[in-house]
Amino acid sequence: MSDDLIAVFQEELAELLESLERGLVDLQENPEDAGLINQVFRDLHTVKGSGAMFGFTDLAAFIHDFETAFEKVRAGDVPVTPELVRLGLAARDQIPGLVNGDPDPNGDRVAILDALRDLTSGVATDVVVAEDTVVIEARQSDAPSVLWFRLSDDALALGARPDIILSELKDLGATQITADLSRIPSLDDLNADQCYVAWQMQLPAGVSPSDVEDVFMFADAEWTLTPTEVVETVEADEIDDLLAEAPSLDAPSPAATQPKTEKAVAAPAAEPAASIRVPAARLDALMDSVGELVTVEARLTELARHSRDPALLSTAEEVTRLSARLRDATMTMRMVPMRTLVSRFRRLILGLSSDLGKPVEFVVDGEDTELDKTVIEKLADPLVHILRNAIDHGMEDPAARAQTDKDKVGCIELSAKHVGGEVHIIVRDDGRGMSPEKIRAKAIERGLISSEAQLTNGQVFALVLEPGFSTAETVTELSGRGVGMDVVRRTIEGLRGVIEIDSKLGLGTTVTLRLPLTLAIIDGLLIEVADERYTLPMSSVKEIFELPLDKRTASRNGDYLDIRGQFVPFVRLRRLFDCAGDPPTEQNVVVVEAGDARVGIVVDRIIGTNQTVIKQVSKLQQGARAISGATILGDGTVSLIVDVAQLLAMSGPLIEPKKEVAA
Amino acid sequence: MTLSASHKIVITFSIGPQRLAIPATDLREIIDPLPTTRVPGAGDFAPWVVNVRGAVLPLGDLRLPLGINDPNPAERPEDARRFLVLEAIIGGEATTVTVMADIVHEVATIPLKSIEQLPANSMWPSEFIEGLFKGPEGEFVLIPDLSAIFTAMAQRAAVA
Repeated sequence: MSDDLIAVFQEELAELLESLERGLVDLQENPEDAGLINQVFRDLHTVKGSGAMFGFTDLAAFIHDFETAFEKVRAGDVPVTPELVRLGLAARDQIPGLVNGDPDPNGDRVAILDALRDLTSGVATDVVVAEDTVVIEARQSDAPSVLWFRLSDDALALGARPDIILSELKDLGATQITADLSRIPSLDDLNADQCYVAWQMQLPAGVSPSDVEDVFMFADAEWTLTPTEVVETVEADEIDDLLAEAPSLDAPSPAATQPKTEKAVAAPAAEPAASIRVPAARLDALMDSVGELVTVEARLTELARHSRDPALLSTAEEVTRLSARLRDATMTMRMVPMRTLVSRFRRLILGLSSDLGKPVEFVVDGEDTELDKTVIEKLADPLVHILRNAIDHGMEDPAARAQTDKDKVGCIELSAKHVGGEVHIIVRDDGRGMSPEKIRAKAIERGLISSEAQLTNGQVFALVLEPGFSTAETVTELSGRGVGMDVVRRTIEGLRGVIEIDSKLGLGTTVTLRLPLTLAIIDGLLIEVADERYTLPMSSVKEIFELPLDKRTASRNGDYLDIRGQFVPFVRLRRLFDCAGDPPTEQNVVVVEAGDARVGIVVDRIIGTNQTVIKQVSKLQQGARAISGATILGDGTVSLIVDVAQLLAMSGPLIEPKKEVAA
Repeated sequence: MTLSASHKIVITFSIGPQRLAIPATDLREIIDPLPTTRVPGAGDFAPWVVNVRGAVLPLGDLRLPLGINDPNPAERPEDARRFLVLEAIIGGEATTVTVMADIVHEVATIPLKSIEQLPANSMWPSEFIEGLFKGPEGEFVLIPDLSAIFTAMAQRAAVA
């Protein structure tokens, strides 16, 4: 088996495991949801099928037993209990090990399977069997049933053999096999490579859907299995359900060498949206090319403008429009919904909530909000950290909540939404909240701020993100908050995002992550200092004005500007970047903002705005902390992108009296 | 076929008075000098970036890690200068970098057995040199360990 195929299998497996996890966790909340149970079952079945196909026999055997247990759940014999979900998750966690061929020295796998078997056997009689369950029950084994199937249009071309399928069905005991010829077209329209015939037959009692499914393992076919005797008693909508379910029960794609490419269908595949799985590297390569195109387009536009040739001008305009469209399309391709992250969080909360004995309801809003895939990948760890803090430290235990008239079950809300060019991800808890006074006192004690510092509440809460705000000695309300929060901040800032904290003592804490939609392209403001051109992210630029004459030379009291009654510190980029030569007589100030802090940047000249394709700078140059990336200008030279958040840190804002720069 | 087992194909070039050689497999291309952009605060090893066909690459100066002292930089002919685009492993990650060369000489096939270890008490930093061999005029040609150099320089930049 080639490595490529194994890689495809691994990739598919990762997705299935995620879907399985999500399904199991959701089952905990909706134990009755037949759709979810079916989804779990399908995921298991697909893992088993492709595992066996790729020669992971241990895996297939393990999942077979796992599946057998869930078969009973699906049949309605066994109810979904928290214990079942727990065992299911534990079994799921064994799968990567099985694929890697890890040994199982403690016999965990066998123990899990045994526990699953114990849990799912012999319970059936205890369960009060609801009427509709009887129907399902009957459908599956006690009654003979009618099977109808039709191969998909391209199944023959892909190697399906109706004769083999029919003989296998015959082995299952099929009788009264009749062909349904209704779809056969006139001879002119007949495509010899296509199978137009459908078949119908009687299957004896005791043949379960999974038996039939096995027959269709390698053929792409549409089939339905209907119990004969109970047809009249089945509700119409139940038939619909059954029919809707049928396509998603499709066996894996017939070409055995090419595992299924679509996701195990979470929703009934009523309107199958065609999708193609593409390696991330190819998307990155495409993005790079588009980036270059945008650069070339800028150059073309400039040439056209100089030439004043109307034909060239209109062509350049066309290219501009096209490249903008291409850029947008490419960026959309890189977008991934938040949902891919959320299942992991659900499980985390579920686990923590039972470990800590703090019942918590986890509400998710805006799972469909899309973000650049690189952003999503990097967000996972910070969000885990924030959520863990929320439940571990933010949430009171039930007794304390009862005392304060709060609902015994706490609430943690994760929401994501698009706001302008940003995505806001908000984690809100209704726990004990934080006291600004205590944080302030502690920050003074730690030497993070001076005792005279005038801070807004937002600035005070931002202090828990400081590296020095350790929690070795705990203040009750804050215990633990701040452990690693500086790492969270660094990650978010690395994504050119901002983290904001708000809290009301006794009512809860809200952490907001504000992130740019994409990491690949931003609007930039091109500025010049000492003949060097730098780019400032437009999103952080607040205003631009001329530097007042009296501020031309550095003042001993520090450089401050009076902007409509507010004092704003400013830095001279010439000095910060060690530029040679003297400043021109007229300089400009660009006021930039990150979080709550504002700073003016003195530059020689404003050149204009441009579309900036961000390129990373090499590790060799990570010493340049005030630089977050680079971009290529229309004339082919490189302009560096100024990291505004770092610049703010370096310029020594009000809250950071130390000269040292937070890394 | 047998050649690659017993021989190494290298590109030889000079920085100042020092002749150097790098394996042809590490070299992506040799280009005429490009406009450079200074990176403030990036340190003295790779203080610039250049645009090589749409990629922003650091431009390094091997003088610093190899301790090459050029008494007469003005004597190096301006039009012989080249940038070498190289593939190196920085901290386990494949990276493309450029370095400056005062002049590029030739592609040479060197018998592996002619490559010697650096003598124990040499003037060269042993951690950055893979080996050396005798050039056509009897001078020593150094084979720098690019990955070691760039990894060390990246660490230096990180703590700077």
